[in-house]
Amino acid sequence: MTALVSPLFAERVREAGAFDAEACMNCGVCTATCPLGLDVLPRRVFRYVMLGLEDRVHDESETVFSCLLCRLCEESCPAGVHIAENVRTLRHHLNRSEHGLVV
Amino acid sequence: MALATGDVLGILSDNLRLRGSVLPLPARDVTRWTEGLDLERGGRTVLYTGQMYQLMPYIERLVAAEQRLGNSPLGRLSGLGRRANRIVNVSSFLGRPPRHEREEACRVPRAVATLLREAGVSFGSLFEDDLYSGALAYDLGLDAVVAAQARRVHERLRGNGVKLAITIDPHTTHMLHTVYPHFLPDWDVAVRSYLEILAERNGHSVAAHGEVVLHDSCVLARAEDVVEEPRLLLASAGFSVLEPEQSGRSTWCCGGPVEALYPEKARAQAERRVEQLRAAGSECVTMCPLCLVNLSKAAGDTLVFRDISEVLLEASRLRN
Repeated sequence: MTALVSPLFAERVREAGAFDAEACMNCGVCTATCPLGLDVLPRRVFRYVMLGLEDRVHDESETVFSCLLCRLCEESCPAGVHIAENVRTLRHHLNRSEHGLVV
Repeated sequence: MALATGDVLGILSDNLRLRGSVLPLPARDVTRWTEGLDLERGGRTVLYTGQMYQLMPYIERLVAAEQRLGNSPLGRLSGLGRRANRIVNVSSFLGRPPRHEREEACRVPRAVATLLREAGVSFGSLFEDDLYSGALAYDLGLDAVVAAQARRVHERLRGNGVKLAITIDPHTTHMLHTVYPHFLPDWDVAVRSYLEILAERNGHSVAAHGEVVLHDSCVLARAEDVVEEPRLLLASAGFSVLEPEQSGRSTWCCGGPVEALYPEKARAQAERRVEQLRAAGSECVTMCPLCLVNLSKAAGDTLVFRDISEVLLEASRLRN
């Protein structure tokens, strides 16, 4: 499987708002506590952003918009990542880049 | 099947930008709850609804229509609906909910107003200037239209001399208390949930005479740290509070936040939460209109759900 890397993707996402996933150590507490059982969001999608895997983020667009923003993952995150705000920022980015919305 | 995400987002965004709400309501339905309460316009302190409880019967119709459209060939025309909505409010074609539903939507704001008065709090209302906060659009990342809405809300509050907005539902509370200050550097209105105000003034206590299961709101518990207040108020009103699996800051979501885009996912989450609540007791108390509607629908007649304001008001009437 190949993937196109966009080196400036994370910077473009940050134009949409705050995005602070660097502290994530991939421990999986977020995945374990998610009421929806989302296993791609937040960890893997955040990693895609930081690695510049823009296509992968777009492939997971429905998952990004399925998050309840309930913050239960954030409550348990040992790294203090602002997960809900990151998800909102991703939505903001997808609204512009995928849904043609001026947001 | 869900409608195309981009089209639903476009309609919600355009509605907020052009019409001041993701789902515009007739002014009469926004202000109906004030009838008979003899409230002053504006003033230093107002009870601010953000239209949330009033919106619920309309949201129910919208979600039902989305589900019908999503399961029919017409659903493929959602892009056309998105374009048409810029000229004419397509949600108006859903029609008004029956009068009894619109009347029911007033019950919580009226109960809150009564409880605040009994606690000695003086307040006015903004009536038709009590605008929707933009909470759903904010969650969906539609920040530009939310920023514009925040400015409109701020202008109305300032124009009516408001220094303190007492909010009712968790989403409006969070928007005005925590989100708006990020959008508006000059935001100067204090914001508090009515539960916080009542808990501060709570001076009486009666022996326990009933049990209720408390379903915490995600937004109120985790984003606004309002956890003890509802427990204190229920205990003082004579209720033993039963804690379900996942409560307080660890509460589980009702599914409501994704209902606009993915009604089936929202329903599945509500059903999972209902199972946890059912294991704890038979009468549940909520403090958010989305939780109340979503959980009630998922539970059918297997559980009773009531808003905390109505439970507290009923206990107050029994006491007096």
